Amino acid sequence: MGRIFRKPEVMTDEPTHYCPGCTHGLIHRLVAEVIDELGIRGRTVGIAPVGCAVFIYNYISVDFQESAHGRAPAMATGIKRVRPDLIVFTYQGDGDLASIGIAEIIHAANRGEKFTTIFVNNAVYGMTGGQMAPTTMPGQRTTTSPFGRKVEEVGMPIKIAELLSTIETPGYITRQTVIKPKYIVQAKKAIKKAFKYQMEGRCFSLVEVVSICPTNWGLTPVEAVKWAEETMLSYYKLGDCKTPDSHKGV
Amino acid sequence: MTENRNEGGKMGKILMKGNEAIGEAAVRAGCLSYFAYPITPQSEVSEYLARRMPEVGGVFLQGESEVAVSYMIFGAVGCGARAFTTSSSPGISLMSEGISYIAGAELPAVFINIQRGGPGLGGILPSQGDYFQSTKGGGHGDYHLMVMAPAGVQEAVEMVMMAFPLAEKYRNPVMILGDGLIGQMMEPITFPDHLRTEPPNKDEWASNGMDTRKSSKPNLVKSLFLDPKELNAHNLLLKAKYERMKKEDVRYEPYNIDSDYQILIVSYGTMSRVCKTAIDNMKEDGMEVGMIRPQTLFPFPEAAIHDAASKAGCRVVVSIEMSVGQMVEDVERCVRGKCPVEWYGKCGGEVPTPEEIAGAVRSLLEKNAGSFGAKY
Repeated sequence: MGRIFRKPEVMTDEPTHYCPGCTHGLIHRLVAEVIDELGIRGRTVGIAPVGCAVFIYNYISVDFQESAHGRAPAMATGIKRVRPDLIVFTYQGDGDLASIGIAEIIHAANRGEKFTTIFVNNAVYGMTGGQMAPTTMPGQRTTTSPFGRKVEEVGMPIKIAELLSTIETPGYITRQTVIKPKYIVQAKKAIKKAFKYQMEGRCFSLVEVVSICPTNWGLTPVEAVKWAEETMLSYYKLGDCKTPDSHKGV
Repeated sequence: MTENRNEGGKMGKILMKGNEAIGEAAVRAGCLSYFAYPITPQSEVSEYLARRMPEVGGVFLQGESEVAVSYMIFGAVGCGARAFTTSSSPGISLMSEGISYIAGAELPAVFINIQRGGPGLGGILPSQGDYFQSTKGGGHGDYHLMVMAPAGVQEAVEMVMMAFPLAEKYRNPVMILGDGLIGQMMEPITFPDHLRTEPPNKDEWASNGMDTRKSSKPNLVKSLFLDPKELNAHNLLLKAKYERMKKEDVRYEPYNIDSDYQILIVSYGTMSRVCKTAIDNMKEDGMEVGMIRPQTLFPFPEAAIHDAASKAGCRVVVSIEMSVGQMVEDVERCVRGKCPVEWYGKCGGEVPTPEEIAGAVRSLLEKNAGSFGAKY
């Protein structure tokens, strides 16, 4: 009887440092499975973010560069421009990509840079201790919005996938989640598609992954999944926002 | 300008604008990637390379900001390519974040600052106001750039071509500190062939893909060391590099230093050229003035300045700068009390004339007439 399930070869044996219930480990695994299945380990370069996932290079065994906060798309641009044969991905959180790095991601997408971004949206700054992010939900309490996010003061949460889909340059922009098994299968398909578009030299690709942060949300993992499904998924709608074939989708 | 190029490299002199010559020198040094953001007075480098890079199969990209550009450079050199950028003072401030990360990750990038007046928007005319920024930091953390200061277009060409192998020798960013005058003026130049180099093997550290180097071990380019012992060790390793630069790569030009001078000038870049004229004029009038011209601002020619200030008869040392007195602090440090150290200069785009320098030198000598100088 053959083995039907195993750890991706590209994943190391290092135990992750993530909190109980955190979805980073799941998303790392999906990226690792895709790298294995596409056979691209030897020519993949990842960009590690500032944030909880900075140590992604301890878990996924490919070449990595470690970015400053928000600048990963610029670094990926530098690599792809001088080495178009390499497969480059950035792995970024919502404080990183949607706040300090919003210029870098918009311009990389607009130039049609041929790299892939995994954008993990958990509605909060994780590593710095649960501060409000541009993606924090209205009324959501964080350490810097202790009375709940007041939209009249700081605006509505930014929908990155939709925002990037307004760009006229062809691209693959999709929003997925990993909070339940049925979503995980779809998320992996999307990540694989994103890497494939890059390998074909077709377009910029970004997979937004709606995630949970039980620790900073002050919820149990089960409560966090419920909150994300009820509150975030009704605002951050799942599905492809844009594909290179159909200029603008949903 | 492309039809104006000195194709063979061994032909005679050609007339070229500083900014364009800088772009061509980088290509001839073997650097085929350039990322930049427009800013006066250096935009001609980008305009030149926007045409030139495609001719040689290189990369030209105009980034969305200087911040982004500094990380495009990080990404490109981090995967083993040669890459450089050019900017001017306010742009270098924005790049300083990336420069700190590049220094921390020990990457061999080249940055060129065609300085303009500051602070803030300042002006667009030549200045030397970024001495502190380039030699003392600019970005955060314990690091130094190697800083070279050309005094003309020919020297700028040579320094650009030397900068890449030096950056690679130390795996440290190199800054070329020019100013708007060097960028904007035209001078006859030749491109030396002997400065064309090949980048050394990057496989030990570059994230160039495991297949590229036929390895099964990933390379990691990073600047994060959360363990204080590890970061301390990293900082000491960087320090050792800076100490090695001080031993092996200090460059300076002595001028009229064998004469019996009572006053010693320390000056660099554009300012030093005007000082040379002033020194020649004063010599004709029977007055000897010596000069040390630092060609590297970091590492600084500490011993040369100390020795020249210690020479019998030297009563005063003056640091002449197109800033309100920045290098003078390093000069004081090197003179170590051997004689008084003064500052003279103008800024904001004003360049002192030879006559003004001569006047300043005479009055400073008079002011310090009681100084016993090195004899003390």
